[in-house]
Amino acid sequence: MSIRNPSLSALAALAVVLGGVSVAMIFFVAPEDADQGLSQKIFYVHVPIALTAYLCFGIGAWKAFRLLLTRGERYDLESYTGIHQGTIFGALTLVTGSIWAKASWGVWWTWSSNQLVLFLVLFLFYCAYFMLRFSVESGPRRERISAVYALFGLALIPVSFFAIRLASDFIHPTVFTREGPQMTDSMFAAFCASWAAITLLAYVMYRTELAGKRTDLNLRELREALVR
Amino acid sequence: MSAPLIRADALEKRYGTRAVLRDVSFGVEPGGVLVVTGPNGSGKTTLLRLLVGLAAPSRGSLEIAVDRRRIGFVGHESLVYRDLTALENLDLYGRLYRVGERRERIGMLLERFGLWEARRLRVSAYSRGMTQRLALCRALLHQPELVVLDEPHSALDTEGAALLDEELTTLAAAGDHTLVVATHEPGRLAALTTGRLALGVA
Amino acid sequence: MSAYLGDVAALARKDLRLELRARDTLPAMVLFVVATLVVFHFALPGGASDDAAYGLLWVALVFTALLGLGRSWVPEGESGALDGLVLATSDRSAIWLGKVLATLAFLGAAEIVALPAFALFFAPLDGPALAGVALASVGICAVGSLVSAMAAAARGREVLLPLLFLPLAIPLVVGGVGSSVSPEPATYLAFLGLYDAVFAILSWAAFEYVVTE
Repeated sequence: MSIRNPSLSALAALAVVLGGVSVAMIFFVAPEDADQGLSQKIFYVHVPIALTAYLCFGIGAWKAFRLLLTRGERYDLESYTGIHQGTIFGALTLVTGSIWAKASWGVWWTWSSNQLVLFLVLFLFYCAYFMLRFSVESGPRRERISAVYALFGLALIPVSFFAIRLASDFIHPTVFTREGPQMTDSMFAAFCASWAAITLLAYVMYRTELAGKRTDLNLRELREALVR
Repeated sequence: MSAPLIRADALEKRYGTRAVLRDVSFGVEPGGVLVVTGPNGSGKTTLLRLLVGLAAPSRGSLEIAVDRRRIGFVGHESLVYRDLTALENLDLYGRLYRVGERRERIGMLLERFGLWEARRLRVSAYSRGMTQRLALCRALLHQPELVVLDEPHSALDTEGAALLDEELTTLAAAGDHTLVVATHEPGRLAALTTGRLALGVA
Repeated sequence: MSAYLGDVAALARKDLRLELRARDTLPAMVLFVVATLVVFHFALPGGASDDAAYGLLWVALVFTALLGLGRSWVPEGESGALDGLVLATSDRSAIWLGKVLATLAFLGAAEIVALPAFALFFAPLDGPALAGVALASVGICAVGSLVSAMAAAARGREVLLPLLFLPLAIPLVVGGVGSSVSPEPATYLAFLGLYDAVFAILSWAAFEYVVTE
């Protein structure tokens, strides 16, 4: 296995370029929001990051499902890496959401944003996933238990989403909405560019982390074999 | 030559990066008695857990031509509930294994292993040797085709060990039971042994 | 099918028998929930509404359930009995279902004390609120039995179990509180039913993977 991976390097470069393009589009092409002004620009980062986090959690669960189905050892690392990336992007969602809340409503945290609350729940859930992994001895039992918990996460996302919407009925009679006016074409284009850049970035990070983890594992196996 | 009951080929078991079992191959004929020997840490227990299906091999192939519920297992632990009596434990396992004429079978085994008097005592009140006898009853309850025993003589007194040897001899003589025994005293079973497997430290 | 249910019944009966004998779970749950309610009296500010009390009831129920769940697989761990059950059952999910029924019996018994105590100390409970408790209890035990089996395989299971369980219990608390305080409890009861169905099926299907390699 080689550490150098030309296709991955090319993708990383593409992600950087795309990121630059989307930043330019966000600030110079998309019109400024009439109500929120400049602070609305974070929308173009916050929402794609959140969507990417969902995607990563989904990949983690899919790999977990494959692990249970086929016993393929490699899916364990892939599922773990997917969830790890999802948690990173989930934390970024919380941070960008918090900044947006401060800019729009003057508070760092608001329970009235369902998406933010959902990410807090998911963040707690996936932190527990890491705790679980770290406290079970490595081996097939850990792979399977982690996979089952990862699948529970996938079920928890829609159920929690629904629960939080229901809860806002009795917790907050008044609900803020983020639904501004319809996006214009140029806003939509900027949004898509940003989304593509962040998804690509996540993919590059996923592949890099996976390669690192695999190298680490191979190295440890090698060392084990040499020590004997 | 009949088809082997157990066929293990290049078995390997690792936990994380640590290999516990490496490149183990053997076969056992139906009705055979395989004696597994090896120093502490050579993976005897791991191998037996693979055979009964409590663990899965990391590499290599393991074929066992017996339904998994027709296997009897005596492990390091007794696998019984400490706060249930011997009778309650065996009744629970008898139900799960769907043993016919459960009551008679349980009574017979308790009688044979000298636990009849203590049948209504909680296992927590048992000595180690008595617990081991109960573990043997539990393993043989459903008349398994394949019996896998992990150092079954440990904790047994002279009388208990003699009872066990007698029982194993009967099972082996009947011809329709296959035995796999991990032991530090292969001499005890020399007369029955049809195959040997010596494990080294992996 | 009837053989499967026979296994489940035998396993659940075994847990009840162990509890009757050792009495190390249910009395603790009952005392804990009553003590928690008393603590809540002092934690609630004077003019707090009944709604706040209903919220606290759900906190008390979830933590009481956690107390029971934390002990639920202890007998199986003592002498490797879980391995014995894995070898003996033809369908391993019966082990899970037996445990769900047993923990549900303990939680139900604790609630038989807790709910009248709550009504006496704080506020009355109506039909929908009770239905919410019943539905949520099923979900708590279904998910909790699986998650505590996971925690039982780990180091430091006592610490791990609440971490694993609480994020999964949040929707149950939402449904439970909603069914106690909302003027339209039907939505919340339906949601609890949905949760129970989704997570019971998932736990039932996944249990085998948690206890085997």
